[in-house]
Amino acid sequence: MTILWVALGGAAGAPLRYLLGQRLDPRRPGWHLGTLAANTGASLLLGACVGWSLGGTALALVGTGFCGGLSTYSSLAVQTRDLGPRRGPAYAGLTIVTGLAACSLGFLLAAG
Amino acid sequence: MPPLSRLLPAVAAGGAVGSALRWGAGELAADGSGFPWTTFAINVAGSALLAALLLLPLARRSAAWAAALGPGLLGGFTTFSATSEQGRALLADDRPVLALTYLVATLGACVVAAIAVGQLAPALPEEDER
Repeated sequence: MTILWVALGGAAGAPLRYLLGQRLDPRRPGWHLGTLAANTGASLLLGACVGWSLGGTALALVGTGFCGGLSTYSSLAVQTRDLGPRRGPAYAGLTIVTGLAACSLGFLLAAG
Repeated sequence: MPPLSRLLPAVAAGGAVGSALRWGAGELAADGSGFPWTTFAINVAGSALLAALLLLPLARRSAAWAAALGPGLLGGFTTFSATSEQGRALLADDRPVLALTYLVATLGACVVAAIAVGQLAPALPEEDER
């Protein structure tokens, strides 16, 4: 059954990321604010899931499914490549530092 | 481009399958407490495959299939939130060198994979990079 909860979460997270990308990512190569927002939001929520000590169905649906589907590494890698040797590392570095900070914040808020 | 009302269900279906595959990979080989090799391999493979997407005639012909396979399947298969949580947990576990190594190695390997595969494949339109 776990796999179905994961799939259901992924079916919600992935289109939300796509929608954020369509609304906030630039038409031409530039800062991918939609993808950055999706990756940051997913890291915050996953940190909170771990802080709440979620397990079983709830972790499968929200953590593995929704957060995993909302966030993406494949888009981050291709966008970083296409932004070139100067803006690419800045975008990727910002994403990783923001993700780590958001995840820690989520964990601390949830763990109380 | 088909309207969003057609693309979103395609992305959702792909995201469901990709997330389930990622879960399955974790069931076959769990990450354990050291370097999270399974998540690392998932992200590198997913990045290489996204860069290769337009080698597939189906993805070149149909925007809905490209959305289902790119942002959907591969976006759902790869995960950024798990790498953030793994980095946070390693730092909390007082293993800053391993945390930094993992985060930098994942980014480096994923971008190098995208660059290498990108030499062979047509460039993606912006909307499939999301």
